[in-house]
Amino acid sequence: MTAAWIALALAVIAAPLSWLRLSSRAQEWVLPIALAVALVAQWDLACRFTGSVIFPTPHQTWLASLELIESQRLWGDVVASLFRVTGGFFLAAGVGIPLGLVIGWSTRTFRAMNPIIQGLRPISPIAWIPISILWFGIGDGAGIFLIFLSSFFPITVGTTAAVRNISLVYQRSARNFGVRGLALFRCVVLPAALPQIITSLRIALGVAWLVIVAAEMVGMDSGLGYLINDARNAGSRYDLVVATMILIGLIGIVLDFLIRRLERFDEVRWGYVQR
Amino acid sequence: MSSNPDKVVFQGVSKSFNTKGEDLLVLEDVNLKIAEGEFVCLLGPSGCGKSTLLNIAGGFEAPTTGTVSVDGEPVVDPDPRRVFVFQEYGIFPWASVWDNIVLGIRHLSRERQHEIAQGVIDLVGLSGFERAYPMELSGGMKQRVEVARALAVSPDVIYMDEPFGALDSLTRLTMRSELIRIWEDRHPTILFVTHDVDEAIQLAERVVVFSARPGRIEEIIDVDLPHPRDLGAPEYGQVKNRLYERLGVSHRI
Repeated sequence: MTAAWIALALAVIAAPLSWLRLSSRAQEWVLPIALAVALVAQWDLACRFTGSVIFPTPHQTWLASLELIESQRLWGDVVASLFRVTGGFFLAAGVGIPLGLVIGWSTRTFRAMNPIIQGLRPISPIAWIPISILWFGIGDGAGIFLIFLSSFFPITVGTTAAVRNISLVYQRSARNFGVRGLALFRCVVLPAALPQIITSLRIALGVAWLVIVAAEMVGMDSGLGYLINDARNAGSRYDLVVATMILIGLIGIVLDFLIRRLERFDEVRWGYVQR
Repeated sequence: MSSNPDKVVFQGVSKSFNTKGEDLLVLEDVNLKIAEGEFVCLLGPSGCGKSTLLNIAGGFEAPTTGTVSVDGEPVVDPDPRRVFVFQEYGIFPWASVWDNIVLGIRHLSRERQHEIAQGVIDLVGLSGFERAYPMELSGGMKQRVEVARALAVSPDVIYMDEPFGALDSLTRLTMRSELIRIWEDRHPTILFVTHDVDEAIQLAERVVVFSARPGRIEEIIDVDLPHPRDLGAPEYGQVKNRLYERLGVSHRI
């Protein structure tokens, strides 16, 4: 049923668009907006068709969004989630990048630490929730700890791999010009690994934003995840649930946009050119 | 042919690699003396071990037997007095042209760095590109940066491993004449690996011809022609014929 609606909506939207000769730049805006409009229309039709009284229509969701914005508590929850994510993320970057550089450079350290890291890495940060509450109680401490865990592994493993992939010719150049010790790290190892480190930061931030919502639903009493749970428990307000979900998605896009700015610096741009 | 003292001396150098449990001999008993300020090309078919010989001279690899010495001291490690110009670009893509060039002279004072860097940038023809990044440069210009970075440390010896191999044929010709100009200006000792017969004759004072694997010195041929060399001159053709003959290939197709 749903698939049929999507197909119909796409056909209705795409047919006139194919007659318009749009530049590729215009297509990048027009096509996704057209598809989004089609999907929202389909969502509205589905609500009317099924006569659901619980699942909100787009209009109800819009009203719920306005209600959230007017109520003062939303900003408190947004700030709580962002605070935990940024706190845990920066802690993880502060520990993970230097550690990854050392593990990647020193074969002995790699041999000693890699099996342990690979063993801890597959444990979902969600599984750490009971322990984080035990250690830090209900609140920001537990949230920051969980985000630290979820960001630490992608950042450390990504940095390690980045260092181990440094081209032999750069290492030889450095040796040939007598670059060693700390200067070797500063002038060669870190800059050579930086593009891949930034990619791992981007992955880690995406994971962190996924994890914080789940963590707040289970073990915290503020934040966007808690807001979703609270809206459902306090009278099945699914309009608030969906409005919050959309907000989570939008904030996620903004976070990714911000971290992608790092890829534009002259010092790392070389790492993203197609080879 | 040069009356200068010996700079780089290879004595009984052999190298074998262990692959899949078998020893593969790539270089066999290489004996060679290169005089100070001399321009020598190592010419041979691919896989003959000439790049390996250069890596050993640079201190990046150890010989299985024999020794390489520079100024009478055995080579054990890379050293800024002997600089390598790599086949693939060894310049750092994360640093500007200027920062690449001052890599080997970081320890000097600001003024001295400035003086030297500006000097080599002008010498290789990169003026105006000091702030550019390698990805903004053409292949030929990247290779100029690589040469400038090497010249900045005023090396006694420059090792070049097919440095112009990745360039188009016109750029390659320009780079050869530029290299000769720079060599005549500063007279470093140059060891230049190539598999291109024309390149060897255009550049070198002596061409060392290697056999196919295991690499052995087949013959050393003096190229007694003044620069700039006339590619159409009969003497040039004679040297070329001789080299092709020694390499065991026909160039009349």
